Amino acid sequence: MSDRYELNKNLAQMLKGGVIMDVSSPEQAKIAEAAGACAVMALERIPADIRAAGGVSRMSDPTMIRGIQKAVSIPVMAKVRIGHIAEAQILQAIEIDYIDESEVLSPADDTYHIDKTCFDVPFVCGAKDLGEALRRISEGASMIRTKGEPGTGDVIQAVRHMRLIMSEMRRLQSMRDDELYQAAKEHRCDYDLVKYVHDNGKLPVVNFAAGGIATPADAALMMLLGAEGVFVGSGIFKSGNPAKRAAAIVKAVTNYRDPKMLAELSEDLGEAMVGINEQEIALLMAERGK
Amino acid sequence: MKIGVLALQGAFAEHLSSLSRLGVTGVELRQRADITPDLDGLVLPGGESTVMGKLLRELDMFAPLKTMIQGGMPVFSTCAGLILLAARADNQEKTYFEVMDITVRRNAYGRQLGSFSTQAEFAGIGVIPMIFIRAPYISAVGPQAQILAVVDGHIVAARQDAMLCTAFHPELSSDLRVHDYFLRTVAGRAAGNAA
Repeated sequence: MSDRYELNKNLAQMLKGGVIMDVSSPEQAKIAEAAGACAVMALERIPADIRAAGGVSRMSDPTMIRGIQKAVSIPVMAKVRIGHIAEAQILQAIEIDYIDESEVLSPADDTYHIDKTCFDVPFVCGAKDLGEALRRISEGASMIRTKGEPGTGDVIQAVRHMRLIMSEMRRLQSMRDDELYQAAKEHRCDYDLVKYVHDNGKLPVVNFAAGGIATPADAALMMLLGAEGVFVGSGIFKSGNPAKRAAAIVKAVTNYRDPKMLAELSEDLGEAMVGINEQEIALLMAERGK
Repeated sequence: MKIGVLALQGAFAEHLSSLSRLGVTGVELRQRADITPDLDGLVLPGGESTVMGKLLRELDMFAPLKTMIQGGMPVFSTCAGLILLAARADNQEKTYFEVMDITVRRNAYGRQLGSFSTQAEFAGIGVIPMIFIRAPYISAVGPQAQILAVVDGHIVAARQDAMLCTAFHPELSSDLRVHDYFLRTVAGRAAGNAA
């Protein structure tokens, strides 16, 4: 493992217990930072709008990302299309703090992900199950998040993905050593990573929840299921009172085990994003890039 | 010995693990009710100082912790924690507890591409691994504080009475000597109080 990879995993460790918020302007970035975001994700259109607008969605304009980098002191992340090596090189050139190789954008490659070991900047990738998470880690991802279903405000898929990843890890932990070789084949990933999970009961990188989180209770639910922090995309700036909701979600992540505090945090937040149920959506972003 | 580790956001689990490997119980401080009089020391971890500073205020933890630190409670702070202790900051307006006679420069090494690890001398301990993640450094120390480590001409660790701060992350390495150094301060104070 290179020194750089370790430093990149370390940055994700510093984000733990925090909320990473999608923002599409320097003004929104400042609101997010003031509300207690531990990092922001700079993108031109939040997932709910990408979903509504349709068409091909791509990496954001570097000018827009730079504007956000100037506006806040916390880490700034940005998204590239799955497999889009050149977009990732561009974001590295503007010294982004974390690249999200994301299914929210239109995939550039339906077979190969980016070889993230060739980069100095860190990558976070989405996963629906343990095999996907470990494949992304083999490719050099230094942080994992659930895919969930972005832009819906429906938490069901993030829950499904987090529960599956956690239960698959518990299953590996209970296996005999000689069963791990077959498990690696079933998960279609490196034996060494399967062995790591067997020995340690967790991923070798930080694991966040993402996709469909809209309320303090949603964020607390993901923490109760084992997430080490949460990404909130459309849930904040598609709601009635973004600053108040953002601050409430930050506190809910810190005190997810205190229902009384969660009750207070859930009061008078104004309207939540309207959302779309999973049965109503035509496009499953989570099915992109496995 | 009972050490309270501020657990609002960031790498608090890593500190709890380092303490546990030294045989010491750490407790998470997530809200005001967690701050109990039986604490022997405090750890302020790495993470984002903007997040911790805000939550400390809003969860009513700021005043009781500041009183404890000013009363001589030993405190060990890393990275963002160092920013929380500093009396002055030279590239941002915000300061927090303002208890250590140091000036901090936040994100002093730039963005994540500026993060690095090295080995350097730490006064009284020897050469130790130092991991810097979007780290600050100490641009100046006042007469009350004492410099403990310097890397590339920048101050990266300091002490003032029972307060210890590092710009790097001892909790991310397997080397436990800085935590052990802190625990000796805690033990020394406990012995002093008993006598």
